[in-house]
Amino acid sequence: MKLITTKHNRRSFLKVSTAAGGGMMLGFSWFAGCKPATVEEAAKAVPSTWYDMNSYIKIGDTGLVTIMSPNPEIGQNVKTSMPMLIAEELDVPWRDVVVEQAGLNTEWYTRQVAGGSQSIRQGWESLRMAGATAKQMLKNAAAKKWGVDAAELTASDGMITNAKGESIGYGEIAGEAATLEVPETVPLKDVKDFKIIGHDTPNVDIDNIITGKPLFGLDTQKEGMKFATVIRPPSFGQKLISFDDSDALKINGVEAIYQMRVPLKEGREVDKIAIVASSTWAAMKGQKAIKAVWEADTPAENTVDHDKQMVDVIGTLTKEPVRRNGNPEKAFEAADEILERTYEAPFLPHNCMEPMNFFADVNGPTIELLGPIQTPQWTRSRVVDLLGMVEKTGDEEKDKAAYEEAFKKVNLQMSRMGGGFGRRLYGDFVIEAAQISKLAKAPIKVVFTREDDMLAGTYRPSTKYRIRAAIKDNKVTAYHLSEAGVNGNMWDALADGFPAGAIEDYRVDRHAVSSNITTGAWRAPYTNFLASAEQSFFDELAEKLGQDAVQMRLDLLEKAVENYAKHAKIDADLEDEKKKGIEPKTEEQIAALKKDLLPKGNYEPEKFIGVIKLAAEKSGWGKAGAGVHQGFSVFYSHNTYVAEVADMVMENGKPVIKKMTCAVDCGIVVNPIAAKNQVEGGIIDGIGHSMFADFSFEDGKAIHSNFNTYRMIRMGEAPEVEVHFVKNENNPTGLGEPSFPPAGAAVANALFKASGERLYSQPYVKSSKVLG
Amino acid sequence: MATFNLKINNESHQVDADPDTPILWVLRDNLGLVGTKYGCGIGQCGACTVHLDGVAMRSCSIPISALEGKSITTIEGLSADANHPLQEAWRQHDVPQCGYCQAGQIMNAASLLSNNANPSDADIDQAMQGNLCRCGTYTRIKAAIKTASKLS
Repeated sequence: MKLITTKHNRRSFLKVSTAAGGGMMLGFSWFAGCKPATVEEAAKAVPSTWYDMNSYIKIGDTGLVTIMSPNPEIGQNVKTSMPMLIAEELDVPWRDVVVEQAGLNTEWYTRQVAGGSQSIRQGWESLRMAGATAKQMLKNAAAKKWGVDAAELTASDGMITNAKGESIGYGEIAGEAATLEVPETVPLKDVKDFKIIGHDTPNVDIDNIITGKPLFGLDTQKEGMKFATVIRPPSFGQKLISFDDSDALKINGVEAIYQMRVPLKEGREVDKIAIVASSTWAAMKGQKAIKAVWEADTPAENTVDHDKQMVDVIGTLTKEPVRRNGNPEKAFEAADEILERTYEAPFLPHNCMEPMNFFADVNGPTIELLGPIQTPQWTRSRVVDLLGMVEKTGDEEKDKAAYEEAFKKVNLQMSRMGGGFGRRLYGDFVIEAAQISKLAKAPIKVVFTREDDMLAGTYRPSTKYRIRAAIKDNKVTAYHLSEAGVNGNMWDALADGFPAGAIEDYRVDRHAVSSNITTGAWRAPYTNFLASAEQSFFDELAEKLGQDAVQMRLDLLEKAVENYAKHAKIDADLEDEKKKGIEPKTEEQIAALKKDLLPKGNYEPEKFIGVIKLAAEKSGWGKAGAGVHQGFSVFYSHNTYVAEVADMVMENGKPVIKKMTCAVDCGIVVNPIAAKNQVEGGIIDGIGHSMFADFSFEDGKAIHSNFNTYRMIRMGEAPEVEVHFVKNENNPTGLGEPSFPPAGAAVANALFKASGERLYSQPYVKSSKVLG
Repeated sequence: MATFNLKINNESHQVDADPDTPILWVLRDNLGLVGTKYGCGIGQCGACTVHLDGVAMRSCSIPISALEGKSITTIEGLSADANHPLQEAWRQHDVPQCGYCQAGQIMNAASLLSNNANPSDADIDQAMQGNLCRCGTYTRIKAAIKTASKLS
């Protein structure tokens, strides 16, 4: 470990400027600064001095480069792919790069969140700019040293070369470079010049993972650290009446037991009991030995009642549909025939393989927090509130400043996460760790047992979709989707997905049923089941119309293309007028021009068509061999388009998914080997949950608490997955979620071909006669 | 509390623990060998797989009192320089996503390969059925096991 030549904490704010020369130019801002670095393994010699180029990059005097990875790593591989973007523009060989996980630092970094498949998409320009800016500073320093113009220099593979052929390594000039002004604009590379982006780059943690090094939150060991388990209400809606801890306190290693009231994200408070011990095992034994009496505070809920409530509302029209185009009600009245189907899916626990845990020490001059968390910034605010670190005055400015001061006293570090899937967006376990650390006046690692993890979840809400299509003259004339969900509904933009913009008469309604069961985001929120429902429905609709399932989607998307072209024509005319100096039209006038047009969807139909055709081609759609039954599904989510074809065969009278073929449009593929891994995993996860995941509540309590009864997909059930990316030079979009949503319907549609049975209710193994 | 003599990764250790303590927690909390993971505590997920006298076992379900005189190998002791054929194959296929279950997967696969140097797909499915991966890396795990069987 070495450091550092500290610089002043100077702020550089770079304005957007016009492109000049070959590359593109962008505005960029950050606070420059420095922070200790640790280097264990390196291709180059360990430097004796590190120079801070900016908040992402430190260059050592030997040429070794440390790149900070800003976002939480939950298995989506950002700890490799985000630094790749920086290294690309810095023009440093990947072998000379050491990656470090950054802690939470809202002055240095923006959007340190793992969620929504947005890290690469939103970091695409800023991370490359960080690399390009450092490279320019290195060139400027070399130019000064040689007395030449920086424009005459080239930088490549960690070396700067001048017109005479003289070279200098980054490490030799970094000390000079770090003292220079940050350039206002810097060029970014053209796609054709990429050396790292687009090339298979191994996971930076691979050696640590396969040799069992401490990486995860649960691996945390700290001086004086105690272990804690927590007893939470056994059923949702209960309060604590009393408890007997005499047996627990007799257990070797159990040191103290506390009763506490803990704030939930919804603002409510809940009773909990904390067991503090000298080992994990003692804390787990202590948890079992406590006899607690709980009673209902709010009514104990049952899934069968949720189902009834959802069925009651799903057939009604809301006053304010999420989206309504044309006159769908009239189109349904005029229909020759209506196809109506209802699809249903259960609550789901996240089941990250690493159960929830967190380390907190709130008793020193700084608040130390360490562990697996997808939302470090939000969580820090909640801990500051929990500990009463800010006395709110009601004066917005003063309170904001007080929070900023409080945040400086919180050191939040992120461990690698053994899965997230949305569960680690909710820092309930951080709040617990902080609260217990305060009560016990000790550093605490709070640990969930698997049972705690499954029983005290923030579940994917149970959801139903009723979908109707009006058919007239064997054509689809209207589409109506109605959603009923527990505690929440799809956000507005999801109603703008396909087939919005492709069918004139279109409507989406949503209905929520409230519950005291905690619910939240779960990998590909809402779309994880919406896609299954919608794409199963389209399959049945195609069958009813006597059309090919793929061709029917293509035909609808062609209508969207035509519709979008009408919008584009008006937009182009307006642009022309602007160029001619004609006074720009007001928003009202533009709306009037477009009033007869069907509003567009939130997707680009050409990209949809692209993945559909690629998946059909690669899977041999319509040309499957004897005994192979294919199911098709396609969905756009998180800015990425994914089409999937499931190949199903009958083996010993049972349907088996042999292969999934998939086509993806996520723009530029940053790291192909890892991108494919994400897509494969999302599909297998999607198949597994639609097939097997059965979860519900009886008297407020989840029916499963561990993997002996809760079924997850296992190796023998996972098919071969073939992944094809659409090749283009569009900015990259995310991959952590988008391959999940289409998988369920691909399976259901293949099963129909194989057996004639339609599936409407997940998990399919439970509702199917063929699978069961 | 009692004192137990354990042989872990070819080194002798003396550990004071309650006799019912699963070896998983002895490895993790007492000895700082945290490569062996806790996943379910009931032998259903395989994250805690170690070798007991060369055979894959679920360390969450074996109390320390049953291990006197037995030899235990953990992921930290699988190879001298992270060069077990499975580790090489895991690198080649870039198998992990979150990585949490992978040590258990590798230990279970190592036990499979020591009994069956050239397993078929069905052999691999059967042997690995007890190891869960929520990220869904199963296809890569299977491919890496096949690669390793050719490397060894």
